[in-house]
Amino acid sequence: MLHPITNAHFLVLSAALLLIGTIGVLTRRNMVVILMSIELILNAVNINLVTFSRHFGDVHGQIFAIFVITVAAAETAVGLGILIALFRNRETVLADEVDLLKW
Amino acid sequence: MADTILFYIFAAFVLGGGVLTVTRRNSVHSALWLIVSLLGTAGLFLLRQAEFLFAVQIILYIGGVVLLILFVVMLVNLDETARLRQFNKAWWVALACAVVVGIEIWYVLNRGLETLEPGEAPQTAATIEGNTERLADVLFSEYLLPFEIASLLLLVAIVGSVVMAKKRI
Repeated sequence: MLHPITNAHFLVLSAALLLIGTIGVLTRRNMVVILMSIELILNAVNINLVTFSRHFGDVHGQIFAIFVITVAAAETAVGLGILIALFRNRETVLADEVDLLKW
Repeated sequence: MADTILFYIFAAFVLGGGVLTVTRRNSVHSALWLIVSLLGTAGLFLLRQAEFLFAVQIILYIGGVVLLILFVVMLVNLDETARLRQFNKAWWVALACAVVVGIEIWYVLNRGLETLEPGEAPQTAATIEGNTERLADVLFSEYLLPFEIASLLLLVAIVGSVVMAKKRI
């Protein structure tokens, strides 16, 4: 028999998604995939916000989720712009080959 | 009962899509699995009675952000990149950090679970007006200034990305 779903299920799921996104950001070399992993992290945050919005019975958490989505869209647009500029100058999208400012 | 089954289906979407997004070699495949993951998240929003966010998630994330990423994947030549090594040399450090963070989150969640248990918020299902009306009511009264600042942020992002991507200004 399956248990009914509680908020804790959602929190554990969002923690797992956050970890997957973190691993993606930290380990991948391809910058496009790093941007996608950031989207995964922000989605985990949104799941948390919506879960707590339901938990406390008001919509403020969902408002916050809307703002998170706005910031995510802006971040993706700027990040991809940087990516295109970078590819034009350096012919690479690998994060560890862009080390001009590194010692 | 149906809720439980749906939750596990959407959870499989979210986690499976996420893992495949992170591990695929081809960026286009990654983006397509990202769509699966985002769809699962949208379903979870629906399970928590956030209908407006469900629509926003599909229209803005899947229709906007993933489309943008796919455009860039087509624009930038990624064929050679797909043939190279996909993970950092220091991937095991990253993995260890992620495991530590995971243990930390697990500990905090376990400590807080009792206070979380009462869970079910009473009024969400039986409100007179829908989710979208309530959101709009709060967004345009209490959060009016942040709303305007968000529009300013989007304007800055548009201008910034155009400046970044343009060859010569």
